[in-house]
Amino acid sequence: MTSEQRTAAPATRVELPPEESTLDATALTSLPSGRALLEPHRIALMAVGAGIVFCAAWFLRWDWLPNYAGAIVSGVGVTLLMLASTSVLGFFLAVPLGLVQVTGPWWLSLPAQGFCTIIRGTPLLLQLWLLYYGLGSLFPQFPEIRQSFLWPYLREAWPYGVAALTLSFAAYEGEVMRGAFTGVPRGELEAARAYGMSRWKLFWRIWLPRAVHRALPTLNGETVLQLKATPLVATITVIDVYAVISKVRQVTFLTYEPLLLLALIYLILTALLVAAFRYFEKRIPTRSA
Amino acid sequence: MTERAEAIAVRDLCKRFGALEVLKGISLTAREGEVIAIIGGSGSGKSTFLRCINMLEVPSSGSVAIRGEEIALRSDRRGGLVPSDRRQVQRLRARLGMVFQSFNLWQHMTIIQNVIEAPMHVLGVPRAEAIERGEALLRRVGLFDKRDVYPAFLSGGQQQRAAIARALAIQPHAMLFDEPTSALDPELVGEVLGVIGDLAKEQRTMILVTHEMKFARDVASHIVFLAHGVIEEQGPPEQIFGDPKSELLKKFISSSH
Repeated sequence: MTSEQRTAAPATRVELPPEESTLDATALTSLPSGRALLEPHRIALMAVGAGIVFCAAWFLRWDWLPNYAGAIVSGVGVTLLMLASTSVLGFFLAVPLGLVQVTGPWWLSLPAQGFCTIIRGTPLLLQLWLLYYGLGSLFPQFPEIRQSFLWPYLREAWPYGVAALTLSFAAYEGEVMRGAFTGVPRGELEAARAYGMSRWKLFWRIWLPRAVHRALPTLNGETVLQLKATPLVATITVIDVYAVISKVRQVTFLTYEPLLLLALIYLILTALLVAAFRYFEKRIPTRSA
Repeated sequence: MTERAEAIAVRDLCKRFGALEVLKGISLTAREGEVIAIIGGSGSGKSTFLRCINMLEVPSSGSVAIRGEEIALRSDRRGGLVPSDRRQVQRLRARLGMVFQSFNLWQHMTIIQNVIEAPMHVLGVPRAEAIERGEALLRRVGLFDKRDVYPAFLSGGQQQRAAIARALAIQPHAMLFDEPTSALDPELVGEVLGVIGDLAKEQRTMILVTHEMKFARDVASHIVFLAHGVIEEQGPPEQIFGDPKSELLKKFISSSH
């Protein structure tokens, strides 16, 4: 078995086109594909996995599932909406956060650095609660706010969840983008200047796409982490899939089954995310030196 | 024979980096169709001089004019010079095709995308026209079959030929070569020099910083020998290589053989 593994692994590596071999470096966030699934050790592991799934399905109680299917689906929707909105908003914040730390004047780069340090240096749960229980309970004391058009939103929980998760993602991603901007070879930026590009054009045509491309594998990992940070919003009464499952556990007195289902849901979502990022990474192949 | 127009005219150019004076007053005129090769030891300021022409380095004093248009410079707060009109610099740069020692192709674009980038997004050439011209240029440098390949998958020689196609795509008034073969493996130097040699034959205005003495002698109409930040000697290739006057040049030529 072990000798088979040893001979099988290099053989498949040779078959991969060169652009795919770089993905080995991101093994933790990448998926095996096609032919690689047929390797003996993978087949053995899949058999074990199938056994566990069978046991879980056969010996555990799943009769509650139909009653809560609708709630779980809508919970998944809330989770995905939370993930998508905070990642996108966070990324748009992260680009300037990273950029000013690389080229900005001190009065921009210093606050950006401070923001990233503070957000990355404190637990997300703490930030979430400070926003929700702190700001959220401060707002109603001002009649101006209570009477403003914003109040219907400000008394909900989800704006605070979106805000906390967005700021967190922006801080982590800001650091990633800072590194990515710095890592773009100076010569390529110089070539852009030498061909008469304005700063604006240089940024949009060369610097940003090049930096994003460099950052994609890290962005992938950060987005997966972001997905798994979303259940925190359940603590401030947002009904995401985690909150739904908690409710199921309270009502049915079941310990494991809902949690197993929850794990499966997060696994599937992660796999989808990784596959989506992988598609984008492959569009511009890189060659590792 | 009438005097040809000045493509690039540099007057009394000085460049300091802090206390280090790299260029100490250089004047040089490249007329239309002239091929000027700049030679000299490392640290003589050759590359800095070339980079001052398109303001990748801003001179400490002196002036640069492209086709009779002087690049406007003004003093900044720290006593150095800065271009007073960024637009003017961008407009003039857009017609100077620069080829770098380390190629500097944009790695997130395919070869054809690299070639059409400046024509489309700086000069505003329509896409179809830019592609048509770009493909003709790639054919010319022998890379048409690599048009959809990313630079990282090409050899150094191929990348440099693609970079030359990129420089030609902007229909440059003059081309600036900054040691175009110094980063190449010896067996790849020939293919790049071949392409540059063909361009020289077409009477394109070119300023070429190079270490390839034999090549400079073959293609250049005028040779400039830089040493310690000044033009030590200049003249036609036969004179520079056949009958060098200055001791430094004699030593340099004998050491580079």
